[in-house]
Amino acid sequence: MKQIIVVGALLFIAGYSYGQTAEEKGLAIAVEADKRDQGWTDQATTLKMILRNRHGDESTREIHGKALEVQGDGDKSLIVFDTPRDVKGTAFLSYTHALKPDEQWLYLPALKRVKRISSSNKSGPFMGSEFAYEDISSQEVEKYKYKFIKDDKHEGRKVFVTEQYPQYKHSGYTRQIVWLDKEMYQPLKIEFYDRKGSLLKTLTQHEYKQYLNKYWRPSRMEMVNHQTGKSTTLLWLSYKYKNGFSVRDFDRNSLKRAR
Amino acid sequence: MASEWSGYVVAEYRYFSEESLSADQHDSYVSVSAQPEWFHQWDRGKQSFAFVPFIREDQYDDERSHVDIRELTWLKAAEDWELRIGIRKVFWGVTESQHLVDIINQTDLVENIDGEDKLGQPMVNLALINDWGTLDLFVLPYFRERTFPGVEGRLRTTPYVDTDNAQYESDKKEQHVDYALRWKHYIGDWDFGLSHFYGTSRDPRFVLNPVPEPVFVPYYELIHQTGLDVQATLGAWLWKLEVIRRSSDLESYSAATGGFEYTFYGVMESAADIGLVMEYLYDDRGQLASTPFQDDLMLGVRLTLNDESSTEALVGVIDDRDSRARMYSIEASRRFGNHWKMSLEGRWFDNIPDTDPLYSYKNDDVIQLEIAYYF
Repeated sequence: MKQIIVVGALLFIAGYSYGQTAEEKGLAIAVEADKRDQGWTDQATTLKMILRNRHGDESTREIHGKALEVQGDGDKSLIVFDTPRDVKGTAFLSYTHALKPDEQWLYLPALKRVKRISSSNKSGPFMGSEFAYEDISSQEVEKYKYKFIKDDKHEGRKVFVTEQYPQYKHSGYTRQIVWLDKEMYQPLKIEFYDRKGSLLKTLTQHEYKQYLNKYWRPSRMEMVNHQTGKSTTLLWLSYKYKNGFSVRDFDRNSLKRAR
Repeated sequence: MASEWSGYVVAEYRYFSEESLSADQHDSYVSVSAQPEWFHQWDRGKQSFAFVPFIREDQYDDERSHVDIRELTWLKAAEDWELRIGIRKVFWGVTESQHLVDIINQTDLVENIDGEDKLGQPMVNLALINDWGTLDLFVLPYFRERTFPGVEGRLRTTPYVDTDNAQYESDKKEQHVDYALRWKHYIGDWDFGLSHFYGTSRDPRFVLNPVPEPVFVPYYELIHQTGLDVQATLGAWLWKLEVIRRSSDLESYSAATGGFEYTFYGVMESAADIGLVMEYLYDDRGQLASTPFQDDLMLGVRLTLNDESSTEALVGVIDDRDSRARMYSIEASRRFGNHWKMSLEGRWFDNIPDTDPLYSYKNDDVIQLEIAYYF
């Protein structure tokens, strides 16, 4: 990834002096967003998910997770389910990669069984929600091709509007339109277009807070599925940094101990 | 420091549609079970303690009414080792139709004949964690006898198994200390484990004791078992293989299970997945094997809706390629709200010849409904 960052950074600088294509500008923005989000090292989070069907009936999921930043590759993450109670202790370990398939294991506490699972299920729903696995996976520059569309304003904030096209296999999307905040370099809104090119979902990210004086993280995400009328609210209840995690906290042995 | 209680209570109803082989048995059974769990961790999660008792009360079957300690363990995790002392359950293996390699825990057969319910096993387990994989060492100081249904229970042998007079090859009986080790690792798409066990076999042989009434007496011999389990995860394909070689004074044999699971993700533009499972079950003893699965083919279809209720179902059949004996099964479950779950399980035995170890089950077609409350 480093090479691309260097090239991207050059393009970014070059962009101001020479004529830049929409693709080059789109990539430069993605590279800058990636650069600004580097160095957080590790992260521990607690989350609550509220699933709503088209009749407005709600069900909730509570999970907690940790992640380890991997330079030059996708991050490692471990997610543990707390509720609903029948899946309590179920844990999901993921080594993400930009273009080659992720490596994923699931721990089933009732059977004490660690199962290697297929990562072809990128477009499948995460825990029955409107978030697909690919939506919650680590975001890497190489995962998409980019195109700058325009400068705009979104809810009073200056944004870049860009399009991105998934380059990894098994994506459920042909393109995404991203409204990226110019100050935070974080998305305020993303529209997801399905394999037929129709608008499938809209994600909005709210109540950003800054951590370690550098990293902007949303406290609330809203995902609406326009085709089914279902929606999911994802509440990030806490973010914690400087946990001192190592790769040992993200191996198959730690999966069995995860609580 | 964090402590918490969790667990479940289950009400179960079993209905047997065919007439029982013995007049002592019944057509329907109501049963209640509970498995609370107390968990405590400290030392930034590097040490923990877990206590998981289990209790079942069955309407008729005195043997199915039982109590067990599923877990009573202290765990300490360091950078390159993990130590666990106490009573625990350990699972080894990759296949779905049977679990040949999985040998640490005794099967709690009264719970379910699928062999996935296990009794807690006392052990000292040291895991050594290296770049070349994890080496697990086990000392197993006490042996647990397999549970068998009582006179009034269904899904039992005829005659029934007398669990009060088990016999052992070792003079030390259940005090014989067993040993096991397993190396597990993964390279790219391949996950694998290589294991060896020496000690008292978890699978008893049966001695017919004709007086005063005919009963089977379990006989537990000493065995060596070497096992290999491999899974290749290639896109939507999971290729699986388990092989064992087991030797005792009475016999030596090899057995294997191998096959695949292929999943169609998001079928018909929905969120649902459909998985196809096919496994071949082999035992080189052929018709002399103590297992019914010596030359059998398992076919299964798994439906996962990926909805908010986690609705799923698995329909399967194991077909004996020699005798054409068949065992059909269905498992389905769905959650209601945040605490309730309903499960349905059915099993049908078809065309079982009198030479088949499943012959005693031939009239035990069963449908089972469970309502569970999780807390």
